[in-house]
Amino acid sequence: MTPNSNSRREFLRLSSLSGLGLVLGVSSFAKNSSLVKLTAEAIQLEINPFIIIDNLGNITLVNPRPDMGQGSTQAVPSLLAEELEVSLEKVKLIQSDGKSKYGSQTAGGSSSVRELWEPLRKAGAAAREMLTETAAKRWGVPVANCYAEDARIHLKNSDKSFSYGELADEAAKLPVPKDPKLKDPKDFKIIGKVKPRLDVPARVTGKAVFGMDVDVPGMVYAAILHAPAIHGKIVSIDDAAAKKIPGVIRVMKAERPMPHRTSEAVAVIASNWWAALKGKKALNVTWDNAGMDKMTTDTYFAKGYDAAKAEGINFEEKGDIDQALTHSEKTLEAVYETPFLAHAPIEPENAIAHVKDNGEVEIWAPIQGPDWALRDVAGYLKIKPEQIKINVFLLGGAFGRKAYHDFLLEACFLSKELKKPVKVIWTREDDITQGPYRPGMLSAMKGAVNGKKIAAFHHHAIGESISRQVFNGLQDHQVDDWISGELSAENHKYEIPTWKLSWSNVKTDIPVVWWRSVYASNFAFGQECFMDELAHAAGQDPIEARLALLKDERFRKVLEVIAEKSNWKEKLPAGQGRGVAVFKSFGSISACCVTVSKQSGGELKIEKVVSVIDCGWHVNPDNVKAQTEGNIVMGLTAAIKPGITYANGMAQQSNFHDYPIMRINETPKMDIHIVNSGAQPGGVGEPGLPPVAPALANAIFAATGKRLRKLPIDLNEV
Amino acid sequence: MLFLYPKFITMAVYNLNVNGKKVTVDVEPDMPLLWVIRDFAGLKGTKFGCGMALCGACTIHLNGQPVRSCQTPVSSLAKNAKITTIEGISDGVQLHAVQQAWIEEQVPQCGYCQSGQIMSALALLKTTPDPSDADIDNAMSGNLCRCGTYDRIRKAIHRAADLSKTSSNGMQKAGGK
Repeated sequence: MTPNSNSRREFLRLSSLSGLGLVLGVSSFAKNSSLVKLTAEAIQLEINPFIIIDNLGNITLVNPRPDMGQGSTQAVPSLLAEELEVSLEKVKLIQSDGKSKYGSQTAGGSSSVRELWEPLRKAGAAAREMLTETAAKRWGVPVANCYAEDARIHLKNSDKSFSYGELADEAAKLPVPKDPKLKDPKDFKIIGKVKPRLDVPARVTGKAVFGMDVDVPGMVYAAILHAPAIHGKIVSIDDAAAKKIPGVIRVMKAERPMPHRTSEAVAVIASNWWAALKGKKALNVTWDNAGMDKMTTDTYFAKGYDAAKAEGINFEEKGDIDQALTHSEKTLEAVYETPFLAHAPIEPENAIAHVKDNGEVEIWAPIQGPDWALRDVAGYLKIKPEQIKINVFLLGGAFGRKAYHDFLLEACFLSKELKKPVKVIWTREDDITQGPYRPGMLSAMKGAVNGKKIAAFHHHAIGESISRQVFNGLQDHQVDDWISGELSAENHKYEIPTWKLSWSNVKTDIPVVWWRSVYASNFAFGQECFMDELAHAAGQDPIEARLALLKDERFRKVLEVIAEKSNWKEKLPAGQGRGVAVFKSFGSISACCVTVSKQSGGELKIEKVVSVIDCGWHVNPDNVKAQTEGNIVMGLTAAIKPGITYANGMAQQSNFHDYPIMRINETPKMDIHIVNSGAQPGGVGEPGLPPVAPALANAIFAATGKRLRKLPIDLNEV
Repeated sequence: MLFLYPKFITMAVYNLNVNGKKVTVDVEPDMPLLWVIRDFAGLKGTKFGCGMALCGACTIHLNGQPVRSCQTPVSSLAKNAKITTIEGISDGVQLHAVQQAWIEEQVPQCGYCQSGQIMSALALLKTTPDPSDADIDNAMSGNLCRCGTYDRIRKAIHRAADLSKTSSNGMQKAGGK
């Protein structure tokens, strides 16, 4: 890449992003903003899309993964900084804007570190080599006599050195090395070390700028009334009372574009959001439920239980399962059920869109994927990506929800009408009643035992496909490959003599989408509880039974560590029980052990959760622990708190009183261990979650003898 | 586009004391303090989460007591009421012991709820300088965290209690606010 006016313009544009508060790290530059101000002499050089160095030595790294709390602000630039030999304290961080030169930019599928592990380290190493080569030329010495350290190239055995800023101009003219030499992991200074996250201070002082906190000049606010029976149609709007609210500017028809359908809505536009919300409450809209009022989650699950009795689409089998079931000593059958769930990030969905007169569009929003948002906004408004500028802000939680752009496209629709920046803010009620949700799912299980051996295992996955709804990507004869991949013997590694995997799609118009750990959060429950059932049927210890089926060293190690750390072999008093589960998702293996105890009032208490994760190489062990703590809380919430149910086409829950999430007083002690396998990086943000619910249900069985196969579990009613 | 109603019909002028500064706003009497603070005083650290006092993200101090600003109409404030938000608990140079403890324990993930968590923790430590886990659970159960940082919140509150025993940026100072 050569230094030219284009890269200078590019940097100016990126700098203007940070002017809006998108300085993600509290670096020394961020503290003293005068240091990042462009001066007449400062020349910005884009060494590659992720590394910008100016001739004063200021270094800017681009983070191509939005931060929703998973720690990408630290983890991703660490990959660049490690190889570039700079410390994160001394660089400025900015968020990528969706443009294709940054490649994939969606924070999802626990992909940040595992996908960027090589490309970003190579980007850092290539820049380091270019800077080193430039210094070597200036000194007239071989490259081998030079080394990079602390944002300078040093000449060995001398006190000579150049700052990166002094070299950047010439370095940027060099060809980019295709295969730069990566550091030996034993020389890592950042990766694998516990380091405080530099974004934390802003998050405890109220200074962190979330999407919700962004104001742009001339903007108006919108509160949106969605159809009470989802996908209902507007018959008439009486807005007389709404228009009397001071601050209300206009009431207008709106739309909520979802991937599988677009729903009608009514927007109240006001000079402040409180007025818009009051206006929304004052609306009197008559709806045609368009048949949606017959939609219930009960009907959906009833269809699922019917499907469980029938043959699904088989996608993997070994041996003849019917023979094995007929000829084994014991056979077991069970259906496991997991409910629909809302993501409920504490920051509700919000976005600002400005569709300008000249056809250009600017977005300010807390979104997980600026590249996806660019694609969706361009597609929706039928414009070119080059006409769109996306400013991504911190996400106040997301868990998958903010990679679904209905709220963003609502803002686009309204701004296109109003030709002003429009800020859409959803209420908590919008968030919980409108979805999209984690789909409710069934696991219909069959298995057989011979003596002490598990002989046969059949997992029939049943429910709505996210791929079908969101990507229109599933024909009736097809299997959702996220599901087939997750349930595959390749993934779980159990070497069972006979097995079968199958799938049935039960369709629904209830909007569904990925939710933290996606299908793993559903299907780990069936797989791992049924494995527990088979172990007990075989008279085996649940960990021993699993180890007997596993040759994979990483799985074995994770189970051995959980056994050790949970004191698995220690006998518990009556009324107490431990349960275990293990599941691999997003490239990482996680095991969980839950201990429960019967209380004097008869209710169950979750005493302790131990979690073990082998996520291979990782950036910050403390953040791996933090994410796993979060997965325990969210996994337990999913196991013991009410899910989303629909009746008459309406969600029966609307806010945290009837869709409660776990509180601090309910949070058990937790103990987390990382297995350092040195394997390729796996995900961190999600894999800790799937084993939590099955470990809990298995613990309840151990404590009480009751086998619970339907979530949520009411701990007061076991 | 129409602006139908003249402002003076139901709007009113309020002189507020926010973090020791006088803030004058002209808003509807039923507007919750949350939106006054965020959109009229321009202090964005106090967050909207549920609008029903169920999540605690909007927690501020009113005359030193923690309240849910989403359920506190601006007109309900007594004259001279002192409003303290997350922006008002430290001077911006030296952090409050609770904030310091939050950093040392690396509590926040997304951090959206943490302003409210910290305001609740501050109120707890004022009345209970050395709280037990049970005290913490009791005082903090109104603040939701979807990222699941509760275990670290407990640790950070204990740490803040320790810090304030040994440093000058602790409860004595905060207690005075």
